[in-house]
Amino acid sequence: MSTTTEIVLRAQETIPAPDIEYGQLAPVLIVIGAAVVGILFEAFLPRRARYVAQTLLSGLALASAFAAVVGLAVAGNASTEAGLVAMGALAVDGPTLFLQGVILLVSLVSLFTFAERRLDPRAHGRHVDSFAAEGAAVPGGESEKAAVKAGFTTTEVYPLLLFAVGGMLVFPAANDLLTLFVALEVFSLPLYVLCALARRKRLLSQEAALKYFLLGAFSSAFLLFGIALLYGYAGTVKYAGIAEVVADTNSGVTEALAATTGNDALLLTGGALLLAGLLFKVGAVPFHMWTPDVYQGAPTPVTGFMAAATKVAAFGALLRLLYVVLPGLTWDWRPVMWGVAIASMAAGAVIAVTQTDVKRLLAYSSIAHAGFILAGVIAATPAGISSVLFYLGAYSFVTVGAFAVVTLVRDAGGEATHLSKWAGLGRRSPLVAAVFAVFLLAFAGIPLTSGFTGKFAVFKAAAEGGAGALVVVGVVASAVAAFFYIRVIVLMFFSDPRPGGPSVAVPSPLTSTAIAIGVLVTLVLGVAPQYFLDLASQAGVFVR
Amino acid sequence: METSIGLLVAAPLLGAAVLLCGGRRLDRVGHWVGTALAAASFVLAAVLFADMLGREADERSLHQHVFSWIPVGGFQADVAFQLDQLSMTFVLLITGVGTLIHVYSIGYMEHDERRRRFFGYLNLFLAAMLLLVLADNYLLLYAGWEGVGLASYLLIGFWQHKPSAATAAKKAFIVNRVGDIGLSIAIMIMFSTFGTFAFGPVLDSVGETGEGTATAIGLMLLLAACGKSAQVPLQSWLGDAMEGPTPVSALIHAATMVTAGVYLIVRSGAIFEAAPTAQTAVVTVGAITLLFGAIVGCAKDDIKKALAGSTMSQIGYMVLAAGLGPIGYVFAIMHLVTHGFFKAGLFLGAGSVMHGMNDEVDMRRYGGLRKYMPITFVTFGLGYLAIIGFPGLSGFFSKDKIIEAAFARGGTEGWILGGAALLGAAITAFYMTRVMLMTFFGEERWRNAPAPSPERPDVEPVAQGGGEYEVPRPHESPRSMTVPMIVLAFGSVFAGGLFSWGDAFVNWLAPVTTFEHGHPPISAATVTAATVVALLLGVGLAWLQYGRKPVPVVAPRGSLLTRAARRDLLQDDFNHVVLVKPGEYLTRGLVYLDHTVVDGVVNGTAAAVGGLSGRARRLQNGYARSYAVSMFGGAAILIAATLLMRAV
Repeated sequence: MSTTTEIVLRAQETIPAPDIEYGQLAPVLIVIGAAVVGILFEAFLPRRARYVAQTLLSGLALASAFAAVVGLAVAGNASTEAGLVAMGALAVDGPTLFLQGVILLVSLVSLFTFAERRLDPRAHGRHVDSFAAEGAAVPGGESEKAAVKAGFTTTEVYPLLLFAVGGMLVFPAANDLLTLFVALEVFSLPLYVLCALARRKRLLSQEAALKYFLLGAFSSAFLLFGIALLYGYAGTVKYAGIAEVVADTNSGVTEALAATTGNDALLLTGGALLLAGLLFKVGAVPFHMWTPDVYQGAPTPVTGFMAAATKVAAFGALLRLLYVVLPGLTWDWRPVMWGVAIASMAAGAVIAVTQTDVKRLLAYSSIAHAGFILAGVIAATPAGISSVLFYLGAYSFVTVGAFAVVTLVRDAGGEATHLSKWAGLGRRSPLVAAVFAVFLLAFAGIPLTSGFTGKFAVFKAAAEGGAGALVVVGVVASAVAAFFYIRVIVLMFFSDPRPGGPSVAVPSPLTSTAIAIGVLVTLVLGVAPQYFLDLASQAGVFVR
Repeated sequence: METSIGLLVAAPLLGAAVLLCGGRRLDRVGHWVGTALAAASFVLAAVLFADMLGREADERSLHQHVFSWIPVGGFQADVAFQLDQLSMTFVLLITGVGTLIHVYSIGYMEHDERRRRFFGYLNLFLAAMLLLVLADNYLLLYAGWEGVGLASYLLIGFWQHKPSAATAAKKAFIVNRVGDIGLSIAIMIMFSTFGTFAFGPVLDSVGETGEGTATAIGLMLLLAACGKSAQVPLQSWLGDAMEGPTPVSALIHAATMVTAGVYLIVRSGAIFEAAPTAQTAVVTVGAITLLFGAIVGCAKDDIKKALAGSTMSQIGYMVLAAGLGPIGYVFAIMHLVTHGFFKAGLFLGAGSVMHGMNDEVDMRRYGGLRKYMPITFVTFGLGYLAIIGFPGLSGFFSKDKIIEAAFARGGTEGWILGGAALLGAAITAFYMTRVMLMTFFGEERWRNAPAPSPERPDVEPVAQGGGEYEVPRPHESPRSMTVPMIVLAFGSVFAGGLFSWGDAFVNWLAPVTTFEHGHPPISAATVTAATVVALLLGVGLAWLQYGRKPVPVVAPRGSLLTRAARRDLLQDDFNHVVLVKPGEYLTRGLVYLDHTVVDGVVNGTAAAVGGLSGRARRLQNGYARSYAVSMFGGAAILIAATLLMRAV
């Protein structure tokens, strides 16, 4: 008896060792662990062996992490066993596992496009990928030429990818503001570097990376400031704690602390800044300006990965923030988010109309889609959550697939992204053009594609959640957006090919697989979506 | 047994999928695959039939629920099959005649390089037609209904390189569309009234909904039947449909698809019984069509078009019988089956003649062919005797009963309908004798090159490729073509007698369609005698005109009626003036409206969006500093808006 007391006393004196639920954290740990091993590969493996070793390691890590997610979901962690892990830092629940699963699958598909080595013409007899021979070499300089001649490739992209994925896995699961911030930085920093690593058009790529980094840092500052203000308001960074203070049912804090907390100005300002930081990541108006420049400049496989996975992770975090931390403030954040959603849908759709570059077009389309997804977020109902989850899953595969197609259309200067060069593509390469048309139709939300199901789900949820006007704007914006998607289809199939236009490179099975998966998911989710809708609606409950 | 109903449809559907998706690799075996799957369906049908005979009359109906097609709230669309005596009759006819015609087509289409595709379409047709008759609800029936329409379109236009075939296919499709709208409206009314599509509940409760609704549904169903079965006023497509290969004309446009309208009316009998107005409309349509088709049949020199007019007329008989209610249903179906035999046989015979005559279709360039193609002559002749209702052959039993039933309707109406049916029988005898005499008897008019004939714009120039006239060498067709003809000839001769033996057919169908004995105002024997007299009159007149005198190679100008009948009694002119012209004016007006008003708004909006887009993209100037300013401003607005929301 006395020994027990002694232990209890001792425990109170020292810092308690945290309980770590390795099982629930397995997806994150596997990916981060593999990233660390990847760094070791870079340090110790000979250059020749790195490509194979890195791709295998990354593929294995992503696949086994996905298996772990499925295992957790089967074990009930998405529903009955959902709970907080790592001393409340992370929440493992339905939305977390759903989004982690989507992120891992999309990353795996992206990895295929990263590893593609057949598209670029051989450099001095060696297969090369989309990434710079040597990231640090000055574009056009002597050292770059030497690196190209030596056949170098930047295999560091694989560990960078894994680190980014690791951060993204944590982001939607983060259950306190500090973890949220750390996860944000963990996935942002590798993305900045990846953006700078294009093999062709390196100056554009580096410019994009620098812009992304500067603006990303700026938005992180907003986020951090918002975190500080919220801490000042609630006296805690834990989601549940803040929610309690908001709901005025705080029990855990002392009297003294309680007297200093609960200042609504701090709460509202902090909440708004936090939202600003997250809206930057999803690319919503007015925090969208980086999107076209970065999407255009980054190596296309990176663009595809970033456009898909970042959006999934950031919307996951946004959902958790709004539904767990700020549900008491629904009436405060909803009107503001209405404005953001409308602005995003309208601006994305309208500006896209006059774009002449495929990648910029897709960037503006992603802004409009951020608006559509926000419409589901605003619904503030369980149906809203599940519709957003479904939309994210559907949209991310379409995006990765579409950017993978972009990597195929090439001329002497690398990828031919100017739209005028795509004229008549349907006559020269009917299959590629048809696949791209499927993706465009999915973006436009035409029935029998996943885009329709997703849009229908979010608009339905929004209308039921009392945001009918938003749905009207959404439908009008969809109509405007349909114009430029279909314009590309018309351009590909009904214009005469230009002499000297781009050719379609024959990819290795890697990119083909990526595109095939994209098409398959797009069609399956469009034709027979019921199972996945059910899955999303089962997963749509946050643990508090 | 229930579970195998779906296989009836699945076998030809599989055939269609394999043949149409299989590509050129299957070119050499495609026709065997198609025929085998059609035969498999027939064998299965026979097994199911045997099984059905083994059960009591009221336990013969089988149901199979395959899956729920569209389960949304109160809207329950099932894929479910129902096999009762009525469906069984159709299934046996469709698969039996279908298989024979598959066999026939092996020979007939031997030299066509797209033969595999042809068999794929035939299989597709079988699948759709079986779906139509096996469905246990109107929505699934509609799916089959559209499916046969599609197959018919594809097959009429099978030789799409001929502009006339492509046009005929389009015409059939468009005219059928009018009818199909009727069916879809009928189904919509059913759903809004009864909340279901299933035959059982709809037909059971139709009596309680009031006559207005029943009449609306009935008239819409009649419109659908008119389209599919080529009844006045939607009859104009059938003659042109003869552009399709002859086996298609035999299977689809004589034996099966065109009788779908009769099936629909008989199946929906309860609806029409609840709506006397609709029933009167049905008998009117039937009576008019049976005369209309017969008159057209008298004037045509194209052997297939003459037979097409006859088909129209015979279906008119069936529709008339179906409109008579319980006294006629059984005979409508009985005539449908016997007609399936003899008309398919006649068409196959016509195809065989064309096969031996360099694809010549003009009967004025036939003559004396009985010596050269004896089997065709005998089988065609038996079919001829059957269709004119020669006592003892199939057509006699079924047609005689319909005429009796028409008289039995009673009152003035009964006299008019009966008289029309009797007159129809006389005209049938006339035009069929004419066909027979012009083709197989008389002098051999094909020996000399024909003079150009500006008088006959309706008859296609011969498919001789524009070269020198080549004297055909008439010959008997190969075994694969003659055997199906022989089998069908047996049906033409014996089916009617078999069905009437101890009222076998009546007893078989009565549990499904209900049956009452009709009581004509004159005795049945008198009606039969009158029918026989009418028959002899028709044959005699034809003999006087075409048997005794030589048939001119160039058609004489003829009377006003003859000329009108050659132009299908001006049906196309009528449609052109009454429908096409006003439609053209309407669309022109709409196009004008579209150009000026709608396009103005649309283009204006587009220009506005484009202009806005051009301005807005200037904000995207590429400078990180201005992006940062926009973010800063955005965040400021966000905060301000949030605080403002709290303030208000």
